Amino acid sequence: MKKNLIEVNNLEKYFEVSGGLFSRKKSIVKAVDNISFNIPLGESLGLVGQSGCGKTTTARALSLLDPKTAGEVKFYNNKTDSMESIDNLEGDELKEFRRNIQMIFQDPYESLNPRWTIKDIILEPLNIHNIGNLDDREEAVAEILKTVGLTPSENYLPRYPHELSGGQRQRVSIARTLIMKPKFVVCDEPTSMLDVSIRISIMDLMLKLAEDLEVSYLYITHDLAVARYMCNRIAVMFNGKIVELAETEELLSNPIHPYTKRLISSIPVPDPSYERIVYDINYDELDEIIAKHGAEEPMVDVGNKHFVATHDVKGLI
Amino acid sequence: MNENILSVKNLNMHYETISGNVSAVRNVSFDIKKGESFGLVGESGCGKTSVAMSLVQLQADNAVISEGSIKLDGKELIGLSESELRTVRWDGISIVFQGAMNAWNPVIKIGEQIREAIREHYPENTKAQNIEKITELFSMVGLDQNIMDRFPHELSGGMKQRAVIALALSCDPKLVIADEPTTALDVVIQDQILNEIKKVQDLLGLSLIYISHDIAVIAEMTTTMAVMYAGSIVEMGPTDEVFKNPKHAYTRLLLESTPSVVGDKKKLRSLDGEPPSLIGDIKGCTFSPRCPEPTDDCKNQTLEMKLIEISNGHFADICCVNCK
Amino acid sequence: MDNRNTKNEKNIRKEIRKASINKNWTLFKQSKLGVIGLGIVVFFAFLAILQPLLFLTGVWEESVYDPVVGYESEKVTLLVVKCPQEYPTEQYETKNDCPAKGEVNSVVIFNPSVKVGDYYETSLQPAPPSSKHILGTDSLGRDIFSQLMEGSQVAFILGLLSATVGVALSTILGSIAAFFGGRVDAYLMRQSDLVLMLPFLPLLFIISAFVELQVWHLAVVLGVLGGLGGSVITIKSAALQVKVKPFVDSARITGGSRMRILFSHILPNVAPLALLFMVFSVTGAIASESVLSFLGLLNIDMSWGLMIYLSQTDGYIFSGMKYWWLILPAGLSVTFLAGGFYLVGRGLDEVFNPRLRQR
Repeated sequence: MKKNLIEVNNLEKYFEVSGGLFSRKKSIVKAVDNISFNIPLGESLGLVGQSGCGKTTTARALSLLDPKTAGEVKFYNNKTDSMESIDNLEGDELKEFRRNIQMIFQDPYESLNPRWTIKDIILEPLNIHNIGNLDDREEAVAEILKTVGLTPSENYLPRYPHELSGGQRQRVSIARTLIMKPKFVVCDEPTSMLDVSIRISIMDLMLKLAEDLEVSYLYITHDLAVARYMCNRIAVMFNGKIVELAETEELLSNPIHPYTKRLISSIPVPDPSYERIVYDINYDELDEIIAKHGAEEPMVDVGNKHFVATHDVKGLI
Repeated sequence: MNENILSVKNLNMHYETISGNVSAVRNVSFDIKKGESFGLVGESGCGKTSVAMSLVQLQADNAVISEGSIKLDGKELIGLSESELRTVRWDGISIVFQGAMNAWNPVIKIGEQIREAIREHYPENTKAQNIEKITELFSMVGLDQNIMDRFPHELSGGMKQRAVIALALSCDPKLVIADEPTTALDVVIQDQILNEIKKVQDLLGLSLIYISHDIAVIAEMTTTMAVMYAGSIVEMGPTDEVFKNPKHAYTRLLLESTPSVVGDKKKLRSLDGEPPSLIGDIKGCTFSPRCPEPTDDCKNQTLEMKLIEISNGHFADICCVNCK
Repeated sequence: MDNRNTKNEKNIRKEIRKASINKNWTLFKQSKLGVIGLGIVVFFAFLAILQPLLFLTGVWEESVYDPVVGYESEKVTLLVVKCPQEYPTEQYETKNDCPAKGEVNSVVIFNPSVKVGDYYETSLQPAPPSSKHILGTDSLGRDIFSQLMEGSQVAFILGLLSATVGVALSTILGSIAAFFGGRVDAYLMRQSDLVLMLPFLPLLFIISAFVELQVWHLAVVLGVLGGLGGSVITIKSAALQVKVKPFVDSARITGGSRMRILFSHILPNVAPLALLFMVFSVTGAIASESVLSFLGLLNIDMSWGLMIYLSQTDGYIFSGMKYWWLILPAGLSVTFLAGGFYLVGRGLDEVFNPRLRQR
């Protein structure tokens, strides 16, 4: 039984929205509504969904960028060999957390400080956490640049972000993120703003680094095909909830939830001779599942490590 | 009887900037038959949007068309005055821009904005006639009639995009250019919109130019396609032919670097490096620095690039034809 | 190996810096207004430096050309005449024609030893431009050109000092307001509102009534008033835009402290806007000084505003073009230098704001 790196239970993030200038009533937007999942050590989970489904909010809550409203998030602490909650982390504990959890952002143009040189950008994590002395740090920076394919490093270190291409900038982001050898990296659509032909090289780089450094990814994307390439397991999100969670190939070959089926069948296929048939929404199969396995919240186990949400989605999809 | 709705020959366009002339469109030629859907695929900076803008003569102020001819149903567009162009635009050829959802004026109702376009071309129409026409267009794209009275911010992204398509069709154009019309939309909505476009095209007998960086969309939406790289067309032909039998190294890489959700999980190829700078003189094959298997001919800077026909209607760049 | 790498790196860094400066200069040159503005500013800077140089090299004698205590009297020789009672006569058409140019009415001279028909030597102040004093002299015999150069020095010192103080203040306050939000933000915004509400010049008058204002004092006062006003709000909104950028999130996730993020990430990105403000506020500072001096509220030895003030108190301001050298040079200098800084600001805007560029 593999150890879990992260355990998320009943995570919730609600926003209060005022009803208008004169209205006292505040309505609640449930951006993330009772989701649960685990990520075993060394594995990657894809969080797939369309815009507004709550995947980015989940990512921000997990990395403590924004506070969560409710729920339990536990991380594996290898020093104590136990799962520890992220609530109320302070001081050294918080710093330890910040060493092990990192995030790669979507926009290569906005995720690097335009006034800093590449060298400073990659040095920053080492400076914040006081790793080694100055020589050690500079050596580490040169090393990681080589690893992400930006060589010779002298060509890149003194430059500013605007002098690099989108693909090169994402490599710098990856370098900065992985220089601390974190255990967990949240990737918020890191390739969606890059050219198609460059995406694969960035994704291959991330896969290789995951293997070499034993990093787990939470890979957030709207593109199921990309999630397939990057992740062992995929969770499909809709309307703040996870509707289906399974191993990648199992999910693609045997989708159960009507939303997942609709999603998969809507994706255009790069083959002119392929006859793509869009799934016609039908809630029967879901009702059968509930009848067979029960309706426990939030998701029910249908066997083969495949989970399906049972809440009512009639009329929403 | 002219079979081609659009005939582009040797189109050359460059932008004048402080760093020099950037050749955005280099020797582009293609023909589109009536009723055909023609796909233009390529990555950012390849020139596909520049081509689209040239076709409707809406290019930027510092863009200069140095050479070439664009004939819409036999009529030459380059060199027309602004007033002559206004009659052609929207009426002969219309365009759905990239990010067109945001092209709506936020303080004017949708219906009124479409009526404005119709009034330009059909000033004799009564208001009732225009409303009827818009209702018809809306039903074609799957929009309810009362959308006409809404403001842009009241509509979702998908609805705004459908309205944009209705706007593009409002003056009965013969040719519609769709420049990445579904980029910002969710996959499920994208699928619906693509279906609407196909339906409308069949219904009205439209000719369509579909521009995208997504090769899967091109596969599903077009019958003929052209692949662009660094401002010129590197391969062109019937869509199934190009997919089945890609000749140019760039086309092959594009096809092999696109992950898919169907079929077995494939090992994908990647492309390193950057597209070339388009400033100044450009000689020889622009793709050779990134080509995985360049021959000596390819690296030859003095090679004159031109498209060679491989089989019926299928063209590719000369160096790749001679390659394997 | 390490040494070679760092040397390479330093070389590349130098190259990049050079290239970047060249590029910014090319961009700035594109804006004709900016280049004109820069030319004007350089011209006045040259004037400011020129004066001490002329004294040091001995081209000008201090006793004659010092703008405050110099004195040169232009002597002029006049014929003493007696003006007739009735007009017209052979020589004069109307009463106003006597005395004519080069003549002086005997009635005016309080010297019994001078008789009609004699030549009377007297000093002529203010003297019009001559080969010795290229812009003439004022009523106290002081060289106008020298005064102009002195005023240029004052304008630069005042302008740049007040601009620096103001911009430093508004940048820090604006960034703090954006970063900390909540009550800090609310307080700073109300403070800005208050300062904006206060009428600027009357406030300066009141201050000058309590405190004897010299150039340095005025610079600081102008800086503080400018810095606490509307620019705080603008800088705050710029800082807010920076605050929500992914690279700030990235710094937070990496574990950066709030102070580090404020000073290392937010401030540097707000700096270009602040620099722009600085250049524009020099304009206001120069204009304010000239107004205050003109109203006689400044304790200052010499400035352009003071030159105009003096010409007014001496009664020459409504003399039309007769004593133009007392008013025009100073007035035009204020206009041109203030305008020049503004134009430089416009040119800089082209450099900093890529969207304005003409491609």
